[in-house]
Amino acid sequence: MTQSSLHETVRIGLLTGAVAAAGILFDNAYHIQVLVFIGINTILTLGLNLLMGYTGQISLGHAAFYGIGAYTSAILTVHFQFSPWAALFPSLGLAVLVALIVGIPTLKLSGYYLAMGTLGFGMIVFIVFRELDFWTGGSSGLAGIPSLKIGSVDLMSGRNFYYLVWGAVLGTLVVSRRLIESRVGRALRSIHGSEHAAMAIGVNTQAYKLQVFVFSAFLAALAGFLYAHCIGFISPGSFDFMASVRMVTMVVIGGMASIWGALLGASLLTLLPEWLHAFADYEMIVYGLILMLVMIFLPQGLLRGLLDIYERSRNA
Amino acid sequence: MLKITDLKCYYGRIQAVKGITLSVGPGEVVSLIGANGSGKSTVLQAVCGLLQRWEGTILFQGSSVKGLNPPEIVRRGISLVPEGRMIFAPLSVLDNLKLGAYSRSRKNPKSNFEEDLEKALTLFPVLRERINQPAGTLSGGEQQMLAVSRALMARPSMLLLDEPCMGLAPMMVNKILDTIALLKSRGMTILLVEQNARAALQIADRGYVLETGKMVYEGRAADLLADPAITNAYLGIAATPKMKPETAAASLGLTF
Ligand SMILES: Nc1ncnc2c1ncn2[C@@H]1O[C@H](COP(=O)(O)OP(=O)(O)OP(=O)(O)O)[C@@H](O)[C@H]1O
Ligand SMILES: [Mg+2]
Repeated sequence: MTQSSLHETVRIGLLTGAVAAAGILFDNAYHIQVLVFIGINTILTLGLNLLMGYTGQISLGHAAFYGIGAYTSAILTVHFQFSPWAALFPSLGLAVLVALIVGIPTLKLSGYYLAMGTLGFGMIVFIVFRELDFWTGGSSGLAGIPSLKIGSVDLMSGRNFYYLVWGAVLGTLVVSRRLIESRVGRALRSIHGSEHAAMAIGVNTQAYKLQVFVFSAFLAALAGFLYAHCIGFISPGSFDFMASVRMVTMVVIGGMASIWGALLGASLLTLLPEWLHAFADYEMIVYGLILMLVMIFLPQGLLRGLLDIYERSRNA
Repeated sequence: MLKITDLKCYYGRIQAVKGITLSVGPGEVVSLIGANGSGKSTVLQAVCGLLQRWEGTILFQGSSVKGLNPPEIVRRGISLVPEGRMIFAPLSVLDNLKLGAYSRSRKNPKSNFEEDLEKALTLFPVLRERINQPAGTLSGGEQQMLAVSRALMARPSMLLLDEPCMGLAPMMVNKILDTIALLKSRGMTILLVEQNARAALQIADRGYVLETGKMVYEGRAADLLADPAITNAYLGIAATPKMKPETAAASLGLTF
């Protein structure tokens, strides 16, 4: 085991400890709920970071996959009496299928085609959620989504859901970590560096871009599934263009190509609206500003930027 | 080893290469020279599978590369050092070298990687000092050395070099040319694209001259160097491998 992967194991151990400790310490239902949302957003951000931060492919429509995960499971459980766990597989499967359909033509081309393609795709999916009201309840949303159960234990009771979500976060973190440290991870970063050069050294760039895109869609759908069964009610507004922008902001703030940054970015952007209720109407402006400021002053993201400042002050 | 016959390359409706024929024998160093935009890089890209549309035949070790994608061609033993180096700037020097070995690391992950790494670092000792540094922080010459090492990590039987001396100081040009000569002495087959024609021909066995997509001259490197028509048209550029830096500087009107 190398030095860095040892550090990594220690960090993941620490995080696991922190998750357990927080579960014991926080007894306020609201706080637990916020932690659940941070977890869900971290899964989203980790997936998008693999695509954007590591592979350099921008998706502006990831909320669509988040929504597909949420709506498929919601529709199957509400209208077709599926048990939530039985709905998990089709939810993830549909997101994967749709990602293949969107990804195959757009990822053949290098450059901004994926960004453009996913932008349009996200808008179409949003409209489908809104207009297919027979199934989705239209803009007024879909209520009565059953909560998850294991045997006779309702996961919504107490802190069960918190542990479920953070278990999924830790799992995603470990998988992402292993992926990035591997030969495949290096190949992904080479695509980010220069797709042409990556091809020249024998990396199958098209196949990798597609696989990462599909994997990030899969994680988004998983997050959507958790979200739907956590709050029991979904409406199209949670999966609109703004939601996609929010995800991109989480990736950028935390730091492109940084797994721990994803955790930070997701935490900050989940907490921020809670703290800044007054700014609710100016959300778009606040996010725009944050994006601009981070890009200008901390292009490596908040995590790297803060670490650099810390190291500089220590060396000074 | 490499046999290109009647190659025609297209970018959309533009024909960039208009039916050229070229061959490189095993262990040979062949230079392909020509002015900007004459189609040199296009030929290399066709050989590597990086170009979508071309006609004609390209045989490598007797079998056609038509329809193969770049990874397959790399696995057959052709490595390209692309124009402008194209190292992976944010990645460390070590990661760049690991990526060079990417195409053969699938089956046996650790397959002599350390051994090849050692060879590359012996060839270019500066890279050893910079092994954990982001590749983007290397100087131009160091980046070129990295690009060459990265290509060698794939253990190619043939190396395609696209303007490896571009933008380098005369001393660095010599270093790169010496390296090419060294690789040749170890039996590597090399197709060298250069604008610095005099330098390229001095280390080559044979040469081809490309002009707006057509082959206008071919012959033994020594003959091309001796031909006044070619010397006037293509060999006007300074810096030869034999030239000492002071002389090169002096020829540019610089004094130390
Ligand atoms: N991607 C492209 N799309 C359209 N035309 C291209 C493309 N790449 C090259 N060309 C054209 O093809 C011709 C040959 O280009 P190529 O890059 O092969 O020249 P070159 O000999 O390598 O030149 P240089 O010495 O400047 O590198 C040029 O006229 C160029 O404009
Ligand atoms: Mg060129």
